[in-house]
Amino acid sequence: MKFKTTLMATTAAVMVMGAGFAYADAHATHPETGEVLASDQTFTYRVLDESPSIDPGLIEDVSGSEVGRDLFEGLMNQDEEGNLVPGVATGYEISDDGMTFTFTLRDNAKWSNGDPVTANDFVYAWRRAADPELASPYSWFLSLMSIEGVDDVLAGDAPLDTLGVSAPDDHTFVVQLTTPLPYFPQMTTHATTFPVHQATVEAHGSEWTRPENIVSNGAYVLTEHVPQERMVRERNEMYWDNDNTIIDKVVSLVINDENVALTRYLAGELDRTEVPTGQYPRLSEEYPDEALSFPRLCSYYYNVNVREDGPAWAQDQRVRQALSLAVNRDVIVENVLAGGQFPAYTFTPETTAGFNVPDVPIASMSQDERNAMAVELMAEAGYGPDNPITTEILYNTSEGHRQIAIAISQMWKQTLGMEVTIANMEWQTFLEARGNGDFDISRAGWCGDYNEASTFLDLLDSGSGYNDAGYANAEVDEILAAAKTAGSDAERAEIYTRVEQIAAEEVPIIPIYHYTGVYMLDDDVANWPVNNVEQNWYSKNLYKVAN
Amino acid sequence: MYSYIARRLAVAVPTILVLIIISFILMHSAPGGPFNSERPLPPQVLANIEAKYGLDQPLWKQIVTYVWNVVVHFDFGPSFQYKDRTVNDVIAQGFPVTLTYGFWSFIIAVGVGVSLGIAAALRHNSWLDYLAVGFTIGAQALPNFVMGPILILVFTLWLGLLPGGGWNGGQWNYVIMPVIALSTSYMASIARITRSSMLEVMNSGFIRTARAKGLPMSRIVLRHALKPALLPTLSYLGPAFVGMVTGSVVVDIYFSTGGIGQYFVNSAFNRDYSVIMGITILVGVLTIFFNLVVDILYAWIDPKIRY
Repeated sequence: MKFKTTLMATTAAVMVMGAGFAYADAHATHPETGEVLASDQTFTYRVLDESPSIDPGLIEDVSGSEVGRDLFEGLMNQDEEGNLVPGVATGYEISDDGMTFTFTLRDNAKWSNGDPVTANDFVYAWRRAADPELASPYSWFLSLMSIEGVDDVLAGDAPLDTLGVSAPDDHTFVVQLTTPLPYFPQMTTHATTFPVHQATVEAHGSEWTRPENIVSNGAYVLTEHVPQERMVRERNEMYWDNDNTIIDKVVSLVINDENVALTRYLAGELDRTEVPTGQYPRLSEEYPDEALSFPRLCSYYYNVNVREDGPAWAQDQRVRQALSLAVNRDVIVENVLAGGQFPAYTFTPETTAGFNVPDVPIASMSQDERNAMAVELMAEAGYGPDNPITTEILYNTSEGHRQIAIAISQMWKQTLGMEVTIANMEWQTFLEARGNGDFDISRAGWCGDYNEASTFLDLLDSGSGYNDAGYANAEVDEILAAAKTAGSDAERAEIYTRVEQIAAEEVPIIPIYHYTGVYMLDDDVANWPVNNVEQNWYSKNLYKVAN
Repeated sequence: MYSYIARRLAVAVPTILVLIIISFILMHSAPGGPFNSERPLPPQVLANIEAKYGLDQPLWKQIVTYVWNVVVHFDFGPSFQYKDRTVNDVIAQGFPVTLTYGFWSFIIAVGVGVSLGIAAALRHNSWLDYLAVGFTIGAQALPNFVMGPILILVFTLWLGLLPGGGWNGGQWNYVIMPVIALSTSYMASIARITRSSMLEVMNSGFIRTARAKGLPMSRIVLRHALKPALLPTLSYLGPAFVGMVTGSVVVDIYFSTGGIGQYFVNSAFNRDYSVIMGITILVGVLTIFFNLVVDILYAWIDPKIRY
């Protein structure tokens, strides 16, 4: 008996000592909310696919950016609402002409090897991202930021040091722009702008992001990476705000199939996964505390090919209006998607910062009224059951896109007497056909690169490389250019509203719905930024409560 | 025999070369490219990238450079999709995974399949035969993209016995479900081929003679019937082995193994030219090699065959 007690006491002592720090505060509470924290602070989530890269200069996808935000820290971060908060920079000053941004860097920011993070690290990283030799697929983001000299550098016509970035001292980083971009600081939360450790990059070349080589300055360091299987990030003890970080370990698992991911989530292997299309109603009923749906900064729409060599009927504005009117968005979001998505009558989502949804007539009509008006417009244009329009909806192969295309083709058939077929293409073939204008109607989706209406509306600029509808309107081009230099937010908001009104009138694109993020999130994961419409989440801001 | 092997190997070289050239041309004639995306790149950025990967060169030059690098440096080039990895990295990481679950699948498919086929043939028209035939037809009718999710549902969600996916360095409990999913239909084919050829052999003249001589059944089966009965199975096993060790896109996708099978399909979708080529060559070389192995085994088993 005595032996057993001693043994137990010893075991307990060994466990406490052996498990060390992680278990010593097994019943720790959250410093602000007072909630009891779980003893295991590991956050495990599903990613659809392996990211092409986790090198900040080369990151090009959403899940790569999520990793980037854990491993690296840029000038500014976002909080749970999407507001700007200090990152490596404690703040910034804007020159009177709005074209020079001076960031002050904190003096306690360190790389994971103990080196201080300096302004030169940012200068190096930004030049590197623009370097034609790195050939980053996201280098266009730097030209979007309007940094001085960026286009010549990208084209290889000017040396890297002509890029408008400089470091007068270790804690001052200055960016020179070619136009007063008021949302420039928001853009510094993007992974392309994160610093990289020059000595590490130069020593290991393209292999510098491997766990054994990488040096990073974010809240986490990369400890394991098995491509196409898993990635593990653990606390960076050198991170300046490490004391306030609660999640110890972040594991992302590559699971291609969303239904398998859901099964594994339900088996307790994951803390977060996406809800497969159409399953949200059932899951939110069975797991009301875990199924989440919240607005995102993304729009789903159809391009109408308005190029001169496009279909003849597409040149008639009345026909385009009729097509848009006859799409019953409520049926699409409630019956086809069923994930809490929002019907779209404007291109820019309502949740976009500084955007006032214009009063477009179509939004306030009932579907019966819309259909009646659509039939009238078609008749005016000379089309109808006796002279039907024959067309095709082109989409990239996917079950979800197919269902929407079927629904819309039926709506157009029934309401407008059109003859509509649907056609799918594999992604790359689709992109080529759409980019070349080889279509009548094509499916498209767009997510904002930053939280400002221009990230959507710039697509309607006739010079935009993403203007797949082939739309050209001189007034739109002119006022979009004016928005870049507009003096006040109110003035800009007015311009965006005007562009949406023109688009609603001329209908080069048919907005269909605004996306929602539809997740299963374990109810012990706290502080998920549901109100951040860009869904820029940082593992360091999450925590797990005991339950 | 040796001159036969040498001849076969000599033919393999131009075969692989033709394979490379045809794949290269087909791949480049598919619409799209590795750097097309939803957000088309500005022309100067695209030009930088194409120059970096040598895509600005004429096609014949690209083929020559590629073949030169592969043959002389054993370098399959950088992946176009995964910026910090080369094709050699992709294969070095993914191939051991598929080799592991493919190898175990092969052992199980052959072991169980052959035994089942022989047992069914020897007990022709008995309950065992019906059971075996029923099982093999069922197993072949049930595709592995249906079986994968069912296995995960049963073993992970309901029974909680096995992890629902991942590889974890090839730990045994991560290997079981991929092996079941991959081996079942191969096993069924092997059982059916073995059964029908065994039936044929057991009804042939020389077995009747052996029986008439009064040899015990075990001796007849093991000594006389087995070898000829396995010949059709053997010719099936060459390609089947290659198919198994180069993995299955279905297994890789449902069980998130990180194996090489998924790259075959994904790289085609992504137009990751260098990965497509690397895996095509890998599969091509393995296929040629194992077909040769099968032919040699043939000669060894069947004395009538001379090369």
